[in-house]
Amino acid sequence: MVDYKNYEYDVIIIGAGGAGLRAAIEAARQGARTAIICKSLLGKAHTVMAEGGAAAALANADSRDNWQSHFKDTMKGGKYLNNWQMAEIHAKESPDRIRELEQWGAVFDRTPSGLINQRNFGGHTYPRLAHVGDSTGLEIIRTLQEKGIHSGLDIFMEYTVRHLLQDDEGNCTGCVAYDRVDGVLHAYSAKTTILATGGITRCWSVCSGSWEYTGDGHALALWAGAELIDMEFVQFHPTGMVWPPSVRGILVTEGVRGEGGVLKNSEGVRFMFDNVPDMFKGDHAETEEESTEWVRQVVAGEIASVRRPPELLTRDVVAKAINKEVAEGRGSTHGGAYLDIASQRSAEEIKAKLPSMYHQFKELAGVDITLEPMEVGPTAHYVMGGVRVDPKTQESSVSRLYAAGEVASGLHGANRLGGNSLSDLIVFGQRAGEYAAKAAAEMEQPALDTNQVETACKEIMEPLSREGGENPGIIYEAMRDMMQEKVGIIRSGPGLEEALKDLDEFATRSISANPGNSTVYNSGWHQALDLKNMVDVSRACTLAALTRTESRGGHTRDDYPEPDTGKWSHTINVIWMQDGEVKIRQEELDQPPAELEKLLDRSKTKKQEEE
Amino acid sequence: MVKKITIDIFRGQEGKGGLKSYDLELDEGMVLLDCVHRVQYEQEPELSNRWNCKAGKCGSCSAEINGKPRLMCMTRISDLLKETPKGTNITVRPMQTFPHVKDLVTDVSWNYEMAKAVAPIKGPEEMDWNFSQFEAKRAQEFRMCIECFICQDTCHVLREYRKFDEFGGPRTMVMLANFEMHPMDQEDRIPEVKNEFGIAYCNITKCCTDVCPAGINITDNAIIPLKERVADRYYDPLKMVWRKITGKKLRT
Repeated sequence: MVDYKNYEYDVIIIGAGGAGLRAAIEAARQGARTAIICKSLLGKAHTVMAEGGAAAALANADSRDNWQSHFKDTMKGGKYLNNWQMAEIHAKESPDRIRELEQWGAVFDRTPSGLINQRNFGGHTYPRLAHVGDSTGLEIIRTLQEKGIHSGLDIFMEYTVRHLLQDDEGNCTGCVAYDRVDGVLHAYSAKTTILATGGITRCWSVCSGSWEYTGDGHALALWAGAELIDMEFVQFHPTGMVWPPSVRGILVTEGVRGEGGVLKNSEGVRFMFDNVPDMFKGDHAETEEESTEWVRQVVAGEIASVRRPPELLTRDVVAKAINKEVAEGRGSTHGGAYLDIASQRSAEEIKAKLPSMYHQFKELAGVDITLEPMEVGPTAHYVMGGVRVDPKTQESSVSRLYAAGEVASGLHGANRLGGNSLSDLIVFGQRAGEYAAKAAAEMEQPALDTNQVETACKEIMEPLSREGGENPGIIYEAMRDMMQEKVGIIRSGPGLEEALKDLDEFATRSISANPGNSTVYNSGWHQALDLKNMVDVSRACTLAALTRTESRGGHTRDDYPEPDTGKWSHTINVIWMQDGEVKIRQEELDQPPAELEKLLDRSKTKKQEEE
Repeated sequence: MVKKITIDIFRGQEGKGGLKSYDLELDEGMVLLDCVHRVQYEQEPELSNRWNCKAGKCGSCSAEINGKPRLMCMTRISDLLKETPKGTNITVRPMQTFPHVKDLVTDVSWNYEMAKAVAPIKGPEEMDWNFSQFEAKRAQEFRMCIECFICQDTCHVLREYRKFDEFGGPRTMVMLANFEMHPMDQEDRIPEVKNEFGIAYCNITKCCTDVCPAGINITDNAIIPLKERVADRYYDPLKMVWRKITGKKLRT
């Protein structure tokens, strides 16, 4: 007999970032008894770290913008591996989701005519990102938090969900969690459950993610038998901090480049001019003069009549270009590239537009970005892959289990555009909340299966009775180093095969990791449990990466450096778990209908795929 | 040469316990949070602390470092070494104003109760609100708050006098000021600012402003204007006469 508390809800949401909060607000609005379970205090989730903005074709800053253009950019940025239905829904619905946030208290920066202002970002044809300086994520999470606490939700803060409950038919019927503060166990019966747990980038040692990013939702879905797709596609954001070592990986917003910042190598050359893939040829400025003119027009609030700087190419392209400069010996002092805004904008403008970047470099690196260039390099930032969902309802392949935000997959294809994540959260968070609540309204409350609950509880408590064994922190760090080396930005077949073997060893080491025996806020215990998810999601990523014998978006193989114009240009990897083993198969990607196809510009891709 | 350092971290549960010394190696540019992690990974897996973004954006890792409340992620060891007297160690304690849980973790749930007691924004139902950047800026300053609760920890009304039932503290005042000064908001919170949130308890010593890691001018820009609005409503005889003449009633 294990002691636990139990609860009944219509809809349970796991995670309280942008997607989770938006889903919860919607579910409650539909009349569902709704609870959120989250690992941190409310308002601390990863969304808070988003900087640049939320993409939505409001057309406030450039009247030429529309949903069709946003759809086209998203598909092109994703190298046409996106789920077209999600890309269409996202482009059409994001403007209203942003306007709604404004009514809930978000104070976005304004245009001269008093509307929500929008900034330029990589891969977006028009200035499209609603923003607040460089702290848009803080604004969005705080707004949703302020709305959420008045929506009649129950909120369980600092709880970790370790297990999804299922009935005999495999339907998801709730979950089991533990309270990180006192170690008390909790079992929830829920008619529907929404995963909104974010990503997996804590699996790499150089990453922009917090401790929460251990792939909880990805793993919970796998363990419940749900399918994941696109797991090989990991976005390495081109600009993370590189020095000093303690801040390596911390995000430097793309907004720096959106505001005119330029990338240079140690020879002072703006190398992005020489790194334009065929797919984007002709879309960007070809001289420094043209780039400078674009910045001048944008700063003056004019509608740009010349092409944008090549620094604003998509993130996968810029990250690989920086990587190449470093590999060929033209890197910055500490192995990155120089990102220079000081020579492009006045000190006053920099402090007004990029206040937290100014602060971050000043405090953490002793660099004044209004005077000197920043040193930047790629950092694991986002996983495009995740739970396969129905594009309209967000339901996964396990019935009554939904997913929204980074843990879900499909919208971004092989590479996500900057700004499309914050809008993804609110568009698909809203949909998941709506459909999960509607489905719940038609259902009986599932009974708690005490056998399942007790097994889950025992698994949660088990690490506390281990003897001997390593500090979980040591295994955690070693595994992240391994993933960085062998499943990082540039991958190879032999390296990936080694990684799979290494993961077997990490799995063995993890089950004997010793976190001590306290149940009260025991960081080591939490980490010992996280190791299990990290091993499984790392394996999903590695296996998918090994299978895809080409380079595309957030997946680069040095043994297959070119994009495949055949099979892999229209095939996705599907991953699931069976009898404790991670399995993989390939599926043909659904193609958009003719009226959407004609919005796309695949001509350059057909000739020769990108990179 | 590898540089070594000794840091004293508070270990214990529910207020009981004391400082314990840890020796560790330093890398260049380390912040205090890195040191706490190093102790956790190499010596004490059970060590409790909160953190998330490690870049001063989430407000999770608040602690009292050498007696001063600040964020562990934004406090560089090189700076701490300069301020720590020779022959003594850097000390890290949990925030003292809130109930202690374990090691560096405290129970900050009271702050969330306060937030829930603040009436949310109420503006026009039509979409596409129109206001200028100049107007936006006033509310935006308050929206930079990262809810680290360091201001609450520092405020003597809470810290020394324990007026949790009568006073909302600086963080709550910042939230109230944000809504009250939002260009489109139509809600009236002034009676609550006076009564439930007890703004009169603040005697504008500016301790909160001094410690705010987000650089919000809490006292001058949030608390004093709110005090003025309370004074206008309740204590200004001319305004009372004017309201009598115009027949315009305000909630008290």
